[in-house]
Amino acid sequence: MRSNVLEYDLIQPATLPAALEALAQNPGLTPIAGGTELMVALAAGRLAQKQFLSIHRLSELRFIEVTPTAVTLGSGTTFTDIRKHPVIANDFPLLARAASWTGSIANQNRGTLGGNIVNASPAADSPPALLVYDASVTLISARGARTLPYRDFHVSYKKTALAPDELLFSINLERRFSAYRSYLRKIGTRNAQAISKVALACLALVENGAVSDIRIGAASLRETPTRCAAAEQAILNQPVTGQTIAAARAALLTEARPIDDIRSTAKYRAAVAANLLEEFLRTLLG
Amino acid sequence: MTSITLTVNRETHTITAPPMKRLLDVLREDLHLTGAKEGCGEGECGSCSVLMNGELVNSCLVPILQCEGASIITIEGIAHLAAEGEELHPIQQCFLEHGGAQCGICTPGMILATHHLLQKHPHPTLEQIQEGLAGNLCRCTGYMRIFEAVQQAADSAPHERRT
Repeated sequence: MRSNVLEYDLIQPATLPAALEALAQNPGLTPIAGGTELMVALAAGRLAQKQFLSIHRLSELRFIEVTPTAVTLGSGTTFTDIRKHPVIANDFPLLARAASWTGSIANQNRGTLGGNIVNASPAADSPPALLVYDASVTLISARGARTLPYRDFHVSYKKTALAPDELLFSINLERRFSAYRSYLRKIGTRNAQAISKVALACLALVENGAVSDIRIGAASLRETPTRCAAAEQAILNQPVTGQTIAAARAALLTEARPIDDIRSTAKYRAAVAANLLEEFLRTLLG
Repeated sequence: MTSITLTVNRETHTITAPPMKRLLDVLREDLHLTGAKEGCGEGECGSCSVLMNGELVNSCLVPILQCEGASIITIEGIAHLAAEGEELHPIQQCFLEHGGAQCGICTPGMILATHHLLQKHPHPTLEQIQEGLAGNLCRCTGYMRIFEAVQQAADSAPHERRT
């Protein structure tokens, strides 16, 4: 059943300080940016929240700032903004690719990186890339700002570290991965316009015949977007061989907690995640 | 209820609506512009596509309050972008000539997505056409005639388009 739109309220402060003040006064407000998630719920009659705060037109949240050592993306940066940015394409290609397959062009024109993260779907496209790039996130409220590692942002299924009066302000990336080998693959029902059954991002540095650094990030493998610490530890400081690849696969399966749902099964997700990890590790052979 | 002023097809309108009302519903119910269609209502099918400040968007996913001061172009406004003396925009003409429109439900969205694509890529590759239209579903044509129509629009009229 469609929602009755008269039951919903939406305010649109003109500035970030005004938006933060509105949230401080009424922490029951739900921020809405491009609407590519919440407006779907509205149409489907399953939008439980009733009071919304539009942050989509806050120019303070829509920026990509580049310094010699870092790139900072405002939470209101759209996927189209990300795809167009040459420094992101060059330094963070996994993020650029994830942006390119997040919905359609129309969705990318409206959907924001911040919304993709705060919506906190375990299947979201950008989190695996952000996890392997060791992103940090800056949260802001009328009380001030704080920055934490992105890997600590997702607390449990659909629960994040955001306090009710806080907004995600920015996603911060360090430009230090140019020597790393990288990998991102999404498995969905179709080649495009599909939500992930499972996705895996990997970043590794191979020095003197051994893996000296590795990060593995996954979507739809646990209740939140997640780093795969056991699989990382299994291959860290090891040469890449058939034996260590098998050990990494086995370790990944010990930490995978996928579910059966409308898009796939737990068994399929776990098996494919291990195959994706092997596919990446084989690129490091020789 | 909120009062919102926006420009649709170069005409300024002030409407009174609930702030979360979808742009699609304002276009169809308040402004009686029924060219944008509701297919899925969840941003998958593209039949409600319009241009908002020059960007392709799904009007079913835009709360009207976010349109304050915005410029919207719907399929009804596309013909206005045609060259002097032409009844149809070249993209519309090419869809007509190539059988790119059959039942017509997807056609307004297809044409707006094509317009947006050709603004970004005046001479698109087949892959760019496919990606540019990937958010617009068609159950009739099998897409090939649509791709041909877009290719023809790109080849034949690169200088006639205006924003």
